[in-house]
Amino acid sequence: MSTATTNRVPDRIDTHDAQRRRSRTVLIGGLVAAVAVLFVVALLSVFLGTRSISPGQIFDTFFQYDSENTDHLVVWTLRVPRTLAGILVGVALGLAGAVMQGVARNPLADPGLLGVNAGAALAVVCAISVLGVGSAMGYVWFAFVGAAVVAVAVYLIGSLGREGATPVKLALAGAAMTAALQSITTAILLTDVATFDKFRFWTVGSLSGRKLELVAQMAPFIVAGVVLALCTGRLLNALSLGDDVARGLGQRVALARGLSAAAVVLLCGAATALAGPITFLGLTIPHVARLITGPDYRWILPYSMVLAPILLLVSDIVGRLVAKPGELQVGIVMAIIGAPFFILLVRRRKLAEL
Amino acid sequence: MSTTSEETYAEIADQSPVVTVRHARQRRAARVTSVTAVLAAVCFAVFCVSLSVGDYNIPVPDVVATLFGGGDQASEFIINELRLPRALTAVLTGAAFGLSGAIFQTLVRNPLASPDLIGITQGASASAVICILGFGLSGFVVSVGAFAGALATALVIYLLAWRDGISGYRFVLIGIAMAAMLMSVISYMMTRAEVYDAQQALVWLTGSLNAKTWATVKIIAWASAVLMPLAVLVGRGLQVLQMGDDAAKSLGHRVERSRLSLIVIAVALAAVATAAAGPVVFVAFVAAPIARRLVGHNGLALVPAALVGALVMLASDFVAQHAFPGTQFPVGVVTGVVGAPYLLWLLVTTNRVGRGG
Repeated sequence: MSTATTNRVPDRIDTHDAQRRRSRTVLIGGLVAAVAVLFVVALLSVFLGTRSISPGQIFDTFFQYDSENTDHLVVWTLRVPRTLAGILVGVALGLAGAVMQGVARNPLADPGLLGVNAGAALAVVCAISVLGVGSAMGYVWFAFVGAAVVAVAVYLIGSLGREGATPVKLALAGAAMTAALQSITTAILLTDVATFDKFRFWTVGSLSGRKLELVAQMAPFIVAGVVLALCTGRLLNALSLGDDVARGLGQRVALARGLSAAAVVLLCGAATALAGPITFLGLTIPHVARLITGPDYRWILPYSMVLAPILLLVSDIVGRLVAKPGELQVGIVMAIIGAPFFILLVRRRKLAEL
Repeated sequence: MSTTSEETYAEIADQSPVVTVRHARQRRAARVTSVTAVLAAVCFAVFCVSLSVGDYNIPVPDVVATLFGGGDQASEFIINELRLPRALTAVLTGAAFGLSGAIFQTLVRNPLASPDLIGITQGASASAVICILGFGLSGFVVSVGAFAGALATALVIYLLAWRDGISGYRFVLIGIAMAAMLMSVISYMMTRAEVYDAQQALVWLTGSLNAKTWATVKIIAWASAVLMPLAVLVGRGLQVLQMGDDAAKSLGHRVERSRLSLIVIAVALAAVATAAAGPVVFVAFVAAPIARRLVGHNGLALVPAALVGALVMLASDFVAQHAFPGTQFPVGVVTGVVGAPYLLWLLVTTNRVGRGG
């Protein structure tokens, strides 16, 4: 692992380069640039939407707020919360995906592997069909608790037997739990048309209509998850060498896994509660980050955290603009925009395997 | 689950290495054979039970007699026209899913790779949902559409993943991206349709063996007759491929050709099964790990994997039909619930570490 200072644009990285650490300056520069892009995209998300609002009005919203003015109301009660929700959800899912791939030592792992999406979905379906909850606001806590409970259960089941929660056992436990819960969810949906009618809109994943209070309620969980996750970089690097080597390096493997899993539970639970089950982001963004940074998790984590909300917000803006006066849910747009981009990346580069 | 007792260790100590290896190989082969035989017997038993139970119960001995052409007219009609096509479809689709999953998991050397991860079944589903919701079609036409969708998706993934050869890993990642796109197409169609139509589509998306006729069985039987022996035959190359490309090449193995043919076979199996029964979750994913545990070594177990797939499918369909009086659930609702305990048992008893399944 030599540190090579390459200042050329890494256009085609061969195997050697991908294994090598890029210089810190380049990586820090890239991260700053990505944060700048995120900032611009966030601004666009406030400026653009189904309703045309002049920039002047938007500035007035922040500096001379007038609660009688419809434009101000739209910006302050719809676009600002939506943008913040998008940033939070993106940050959470990008980070959780990277952590999950590191813990599961599996490039095909995604945050959903711990069963969070399936748990949230089942809880929401039960909330609709048994308790008659009917709004996105009402689903939040059900989704959060369902996601968290199932994720913890999956982790505990994965820890049974020898060796504790090894990557393979985690993957199997997650898949088993997901399949079982999905089956129950489907069974309820097949026998209950009214519930299915509401559920099919939640399950797409969307950022619309999220109130500021809700975003504020979920923010602490995500912030806690971010802090935890960013601390796991060094641990994940050790884990990626295999359990035995990690132990030999003096890492407490079980503790490292537990911390990482706790971060994933916090991040995914809150993100799913905010936006519904959004797939693809958590699985693919860490790969993009890995293309830029190489295999060092101390860099993969922050890059994933900044790149994911960029894609999510861009998708959300596009979804608002293409289907005026209606809108397309962000989950749908993201796959349509993100997938071709991801395929291009995968084709161009030699992928760093885990 | 190592069965080496202290006596065997004592034996091993007295033997030359050649003899030791030979003995180990023989033991292994014997175990594969016995596991396969037991699985086949259990499959046949569940098959007969599923033919005997229903609104009109036929005792199992009569079922067996009818199968061999010696039953009375009533049971002949009920079995041959109503229950047999369904049970045969379950066996064949289950085996096809199991084989397909086993091939993908071994090819990519990743227990998470299965045809429903990499977009093949999503291609079939998107195509079917467009047929159902977009054009108001139903029945056999939807299956044809699903088959076409699966093949088209596989072709696109293959073309996109081709870059001086095919790497299994790149194929899977591009497949995941395709799967995400297709899933969003499905979700979009589902949010735009009338709720009752969408629920019909949901039944298909769950995977169901209701109202399967001999026409379906014929097609899938022909396809299986071609694909399954091929899979087992070409699958021998998997063991070499598992060592990694360089090792395989140095052994004189044609890596690219063998990988391509395996991908084609696995895709075709998944496509046929999905077209016949819908995208039944979990069968493809779980068959190979269970088979490998039963066989008890880290080799390949393609035939056992196919049998496990068939067994999971049969048992799940049996539960789906009879467990809830008054409601016949699609088989896909049960596969997860039936498969999960097995998987958990795997987990608890597994003592291997590393990346295997």
